[in-house]
Amino acid sequence: MSDVAATGANSARTSRSSPAARLLQGSLLPSLTVVLTLMGIWYLACVPMNIKEVLTQAERVGAEIVPPSAIERRDAGRIGLIVQNLDLIGPSWSMERARLPAPHQVAVEMWVSTWEEEVNGRRGIVHSGTLSKRSLVYHGRVTLIATVVGFLIGSGMGVLLAVGIVYNRAMDMSVMPWAIISQTIPIVALAPMIIVVLYSVGLSGLIAKAVISAYLSFFPVVVGMVKGLRSPDTMQLDLMQTYNASAPQQFWRLRLPASVPYLFASLKIGIAASLVGAIVGELPVQRGGLGARMLGGSYYGQTEQIWAALFTAAFMAAGLVWLIGWLERRTLRAMGARP
Amino acid sequence: MAFVILALLVWAGAWVLNTRLANGRGARSRAVQLAVPLIFGVTILIAWELLVRGLEVDLVILPPPSLVVVTFLGNLDTLWADFVQTILKGALAGYVIGCLLAFGVSILVDRYDYLRRGLLPVGNFMAALPIVGTAPILVMWFGFDWQSKAAVVVVMVFFPMLVNIVAGLADTSSMQRDLMRTYSASYWQTLFSLRVPAALPFIFNGLKISATLALIGAIVAEFFGSPTVGLGFRINASLGQLSLDMVWAVIVVAAIAGSALYGMLTLIEKRLTFWHPSQRN
Repeated sequence: MSDVAATGANSARTSRSSPAARLLQGSLLPSLTVVLTLMGIWYLACVPMNIKEVLTQAERVGAEIVPPSAIERRDAGRIGLIVQNLDLIGPSWSMERARLPAPHQVAVEMWVSTWEEEVNGRRGIVHSGTLSKRSLVYHGRVTLIATVVGFLIGSGMGVLLAVGIVYNRAMDMSVMPWAIISQTIPIVALAPMIIVVLYSVGLSGLIAKAVISAYLSFFPVVVGMVKGLRSPDTMQLDLMQTYNASAPQQFWRLRLPASVPYLFASLKIGIAASLVGAIVGELPVQRGGLGARMLGGSYYGQTEQIWAALFTAAFMAAGLVWLIGWLERRTLRAMGARP
Repeated sequence: MAFVILALLVWAGAWVLNTRLANGRGARSRAVQLAVPLIFGVTILIAWELLVRGLEVDLVILPPPSLVVVTFLGNLDTLWADFVQTILKGALAGYVIGCLLAFGVSILVDRYDYLRRGLLPVGNFMAALPIVGTAPILVMWFGFDWQSKAAVVVVMVFFPMLVNIVAGLADTSSMQRDLMRTYSASYWQTLFSLRVPAALPFIFNGLKISATLALIGAIVAEFFGSPTVGLGFRINASLGQLSLDMVWAVIVVAAIAGSALYGMLTLIEKRLTFWHPSQRN
């Protein structure tokens, strides 16, 4: 995260120079190059990834293929197949249910399953008044609500526990080691069990997923917040004491403001973890959400559907982290910090 | 009911004991610092056991820890096979490949500044994404066996490692680099005798973060398809049979594996970065 801040500071410093120099020095042009290169690799990779299916399809239409039998083709290398059938690779970028759909196919799928489905579809929000269950808007909303609810619960409890740890020595010594050890445990493994257990006590859907999200965002916030509340040094604490500040005053005027940068750094980690938790929590119970969409896509070979759900999740994560970053900048500015 | 009261008593007793220990005279000593969290952990286990027995909680909701231990010891063969499949084959292979790949790319990034400015924002962006979501795609490409799990782990581990190694390689002062130049050291000599050792604290930080990510990736990828062995498969299969004691036993295995990996990394870090301020008390 500190690197994001560093690049931000960099672009702020270069913003005084001319636009051309900014393009050369900043990170916009290089990142665009990297993204475009990745896109290029993706388009190229579509050919070897899809060649076997493409050839099978071409054979059905009646084209001549160089190893004519399907068995020979199954054992042949992909590159060899491409070289021998160069004139037939055209459909590599327009296959249905391709092993690797091309970027534009994924983009079309995303457009169809958001705007087209909701505005023009029979079950979309325009025609029926409710979100269509086949649209990514619906599934994205399910995941987003679980993520945000879980994140609020988890980070709220995390802050409370951190305050307890800072002010109670016994709590610090007994809970803190376990909080650190728990970071080394793959907690997500608990997700399916939490879903099933909560389902059997009668809680399902939103709450169960939110519990997992809360659990995942809880520990990063505890650890970061404890660090933050302890960040004032002896000099500052002594100054408060010379002012004859009471314990609550010391907390509200010194420790809490000092912890804000640490809090936001761990909130960024926490919200990303919350989203992962919500997605994994949707796997065992197929009741909507991006995770359910991915698993459904992998059951039925709808690769475009998986990719579209994946990109929706990616945009959601980027948006949530950006939102926290925006809040951080607003808060720090309101507190008088210089950018 | 007696069990519930006993549980509350044990909890209160342990709390008083811990408060005394933590505020007592020997609070700084190593023994107390080790004892307090241990007492806390053991108290949770005892209270859990007593509450489950006292309230007669259904085994389908929460099995008592004693039953989990019995299941764990009774299924050592199965769990060992799962451990080998998921941790040793899937997670560890992917972890090693991903870290080496990240090291290679970070040297490229280090040599070409244009690449650094382009790849770092993308890497930072990717490090925050829910990369677990690539699991269904990679399982489709690489099949159900451990290769697909290793692939998921490679993707998960790569970006956090890259960001950390690049940050570490930048962590030398111009004084130190100038000294290397006065020795007329080549780029590679500077890299391996100055900058990689200086980057070790960052590299170990990345390795520790990635260790947990690797286990998560390997286990979650199994939810999307696996052979009939593996920790993720065992969790799903046992949930289907509602044998939660087995699920908890698997979680114990995952916890031991995660802590052991982390502990090993910490030990190696202590040996290699003894010169760093964070290692000198």
